[in-house]
Amino acid sequence: MRFEVLNRNTTQDFRLRTTDFIKMSNGNMNLTLKVWRQKNAQTAGKFVNYKAEGISPDMSFLEMLDVVNEGLIHKGEDPIHFDHDCREGICGMCSLYINGHPHGPKRAITTCQLHMRTFHDGETVTIEPWRAGPFPVIKDLAVDRSAFDRIQQAGGYVSVNTGGVPDANEIAIPKVIADEAFNSATCIGCGACVAACKNASAMLFVSAKIKQFSLLPQGQPERYRRVQSMVAQMDAEGFGSCTNTGACEAECPKEIKLTNIAGMNLDYFSAKLFRQEELHEQGHGEG
Amino acid sequence: MSLDAKIPAGPLAEKWSKHKFNLKLVNPANKRKYDVIVVGTGLAGASAAASLAELGYNVKAFCFQDSPRRAHSIAAQGGINAAKNYRNDGDSVYRLFYDTIKGGDYRAREGNVYRLAEVSVNIIDQCVAQGVPFAREYGGLLDNRSFGGAQVSRTFYARGQTGQQLLLGAYSALNRQINAGKVKMYTRTEMLDVVIVDGKAQGIVTRNLKDGKIETHSGHAVLLCTGGYGNVFYLSTNAMGCNVTAAWRAHKRGAFFGNPCYTQIHPTCIPVTGDHQSKLTLMSESLRNDGRVWAPKTAELSQKLRKGELKVTDLKEEDRDYFLERKYPSFGNLVPRDVASRNAKEIVDEGRGVGGSGVAVYLDFAESISRLGEDAVRAKYGNLFDMYYQITDENPYEVPMRIYPAVHYTMGGLWVDYNLMTTVQGLYALGEANFSDHGANRLGASALMQGLADGYFVIPYTIGDYLATIGPKPVDTKHPAFEQTKKEVEERINKLLSLKGNKTVDEYHRELGLIMWEYCGMARSEEGLKKAKGLIHNLRADFWKNAIVIGENEEFNSSLEKAGRVADFLELGELMIDDALMRHESCGGHFRLESQTEEGEAKRDDENFAFVAAWEYKADNQPEVLHKEELVFENVHLTQRSYK
Ligand SMILES: Cc1cc2nc3c(=O)[nH]c(=O)nc-3n(C[C@H](O)[C@H](O)[C@H](O)COP(=O)(O)OP(=O)(O)OC[C@H]3O[C@@H](n4cnc5c(N)ncnc54)[C@H](O)[C@@H]3O)c2cc1C
Ligand code: SF4
Ligand code: FES
Repeated sequence: MRFEVLNRNTTQDFRLRTTDFIKMSNGNMNLTLKVWRQKNAQTAGKFVNYKAEGISPDMSFLEMLDVVNEGLIHKGEDPIHFDHDCREGICGMCSLYINGHPHGPKRAITTCQLHMRTFHDGETVTIEPWRAGPFPVIKDLAVDRSAFDRIQQAGGYVSVNTGGVPDANEIAIPKVIADEAFNSATCIGCGACVAACKNASAMLFVSAKIKQFSLLPQGQPERYRRVQSMVAQMDAEGFGSCTNTGACEAECPKEIKLTNIAGMNLDYFSAKLFRQEELHEQGHGEG
Repeated sequence: MSLDAKIPAGPLAEKWSKHKFNLKLVNPANKRKYDVIVVGTGLAGASAAASLAELGYNVKAFCFQDSPRRAHSIAAQGGINAAKNYRNDGDSVYRLFYDTIKGGDYRAREGNVYRLAEVSVNIIDQCVAQGVPFAREYGGLLDNRSFGGAQVSRTFYARGQTGQQLLLGAYSALNRQINAGKVKMYTRTEMLDVVIVDGKAQGIVTRNLKDGKIETHSGHAVLLCTGGYGNVFYLSTNAMGCNVTAAWRAHKRGAFFGNPCYTQIHPTCIPVTGDHQSKLTLMSESLRNDGRVWAPKTAELSQKLRKGELKVTDLKEEDRDYFLERKYPSFGNLVPRDVASRNAKEIVDEGRGVGGSGVAVYLDFAESISRLGEDAVRAKYGNLFDMYYQITDENPYEVPMRIYPAVHYTMGGLWVDYNLMTTVQGLYALGEANFSDHGANRLGASALMQGLADGYFVIPYTIGDYLATIGPKPVDTKHPAFEQTKKEVEERINKLLSLKGNKTVDEYHRELGLIMWEYCGMARSEEGLKKAKGLIHNLRADFWKNAIVIGENEEFNSSLEKAGRVADFLELGELMIDDALMRHESCGGHFRLESQTEEGEAKRDDENFAFVAAWEYKADNQPEVLHKEELVFENVHLTQRSYK
């Protein structure tokens, strides 16, 4: 069959379809938002209340904020600033501490994947930024997470240059090991674990990064060097220590396991021993 | 100006090796005397920045997100192609080359595509060496899956998040060079213009998104790795921040724009639910390996389903139309994206669509679940199913998914020669930002391949040739062009900030998107395109009068950021329309209603349109000038694509 020109190529049809959509989205939820507003890192912030009206349960949480922001802009007011990009739970850019939970009340999802059907009409929703010393607020709900980048720069890699590497199938890796490494590698670097922790510890994030490499054969040569430099950078950034409360695991959108931390500690401990051994050997040689 | 694609002469399989040999080299000790600017740190940018720094160049890299790891490449789900032939199923470099040329509907360069297929094998090796956890089989070796437009299994994947794993690999290589002091990374920094000195790109102007500081940066060469422009349609599968600004600013400084109308509409996305919709979510094409696409046989049945009088799981087998399997028996559900998308549109236009809006078809896993078991299906697609459930509140293990096409990828982009250089000396474009390798339609799992090929294996060779020619003399940052370009950027920002009208920037963007989708989407006609041109023209004029932009420059200002990007989309939209109007043929993703076969398939016109359209910007409100790069086919025979 041939495609016809008449299909929806008229403005009238086109409007019809748009109104179809509008009807569908006409939500009837009304909420009160209690939002943290802060002009910049230098100024003190405060909570400001907003009405979110005509919200549809099919909207994502960020789409709800879009609606509120459109209203603010129409009134000539500064929209609420928040970080976001992919809006499908993978880039790790969105944050938000919603009703006391990083990424909101539902398990295993990011804020951008949270939908308004999780809330009920008339509810008051409190929205705050990640609160942690090493994540200073930039504006409103957006914080600076560059400390995470610096930790990875300190050693989160395998030192290979482009080119001259062996064939991809030269080293077989047991599927269970590859899958386990993959589980650690799913961390999206969002920082919810830090926000959830009363000590602002970054252990869950750092250990996931370390575990991915320490499981794989490619990561072995630098295994002990890596753990030491990354942990040193983590400490230098001012993240707190881990007291095993497990809040990070409970709030992590990618369900990164606490066992990563145990693995990291083990590597860190043996690194210290290993190095001592190394020094010992050197001393021995000289003598 | 005449276009020279600089494709090396000689047999296809020898072009790249010969070319590499003929390229000038920069002596290792001299490399540290050169500064290279890399804008964008997605797969193309991160791989380029890391590889160039490893060679010894000083690199300055930029991205607008808060970390290079968040570039839009992170969202790629399905996989990456490589001609490894690990399956022993008849794959080869030549077959990948052939599939890509054919998939692109014979609108790409043979030389470029062959090179892409050739280096594809190195990419997988590189990623594995970096510790990228690709899917493996029980024997410990790498697993593969099939993707649309191919009859071999050559796609490497990492569950449903291949993009994240590949990008984390490239990001780790980049981090290593940042640590070594060879790359200086600027995050939350947006490039707003290119600085051209004596006809050569020698720097950029940026805005620090945190505090609004406008700065200039100099370099011996500038690489734009800034991704695609699918967001001109407002709704697309792209991340919210994806934009055309860097490419468009470069275009206005002399870089020709190649094939702007070539857009890819992906067949399997979650349908729109309302006008609050801010973006669309892709359901990976890999799902078509095990999911069957269907619609009710009649419009009456569709009505009943939509009204809830009939449950989808109760619909009898004989009332279902597996239209892809029916029409394309040899490729079935795995036909290329453009074909699958147009067929879904056809179903909806016949009134046989499903879901609340009637603008969707089914993607059904019932058969696979009963054949393989729910666990096997979960192991393969678990995260995609979860994502679907999250968004729609429907469980795809129990009821079929509802899908509809959405804008996904732009094959068009800055015109580049074989060395990836644009028509401006020293200005390069890599990854989705260039137009180079996919012709009129990109095959699934080929964008990741192209981005990494450009960054890891092409630019490290080709850039040396240019740098060796211009020599290591430091760039003169005192040149008035730096101050002048900066001033122009500031003026534009001030003009945007002065807009205090009555319509938000998002409202303009949404309107532009509707016009583009309606008239320059899955089917295009002369009549519709002409109408769209007028509509966009008026919308743009209105924008510069009635838009509302809040706040000031010296702060974190999302309103200003968006305004700048939408202003550029409004100009790009018009060029896309011009290009689509000019191309009076159907090819790949560009479907002109006036040019179709009796069976409703795209009908190419090789006699008149076997060329790349490269558009030259002249001045604001003046028509752009079309330059044609004729495509020469010495190895493949041009046939009407058939997936029957
Ligand atoms: C949902 C989805 C799934 C996909 N799945 C697949 C798949 O399975 N297989 C496949 O092959 N392809 C897939 N693709 C396509 C593929 O992901 C992209 O084409 C590819 O990743 C683009 O990479 P890139 O490096 O060119 O650009 P991007 O990754 O988009 O990176 C652009 C970079 O440029 C920066 N930037 C942009 N503008 C500016 C500016 N003005 N100033 C400073 N920085 C700037 C950004 O910050 C970013 O760092 C998918 C695409 C989508 C949308
Ligand atoms: S461990 Fe979890 S919470 Fe922490 S950064 Fe990674 S994904 Fe986010
Ligand atoms: S916006 Fe990317 S994870 Fe939420």
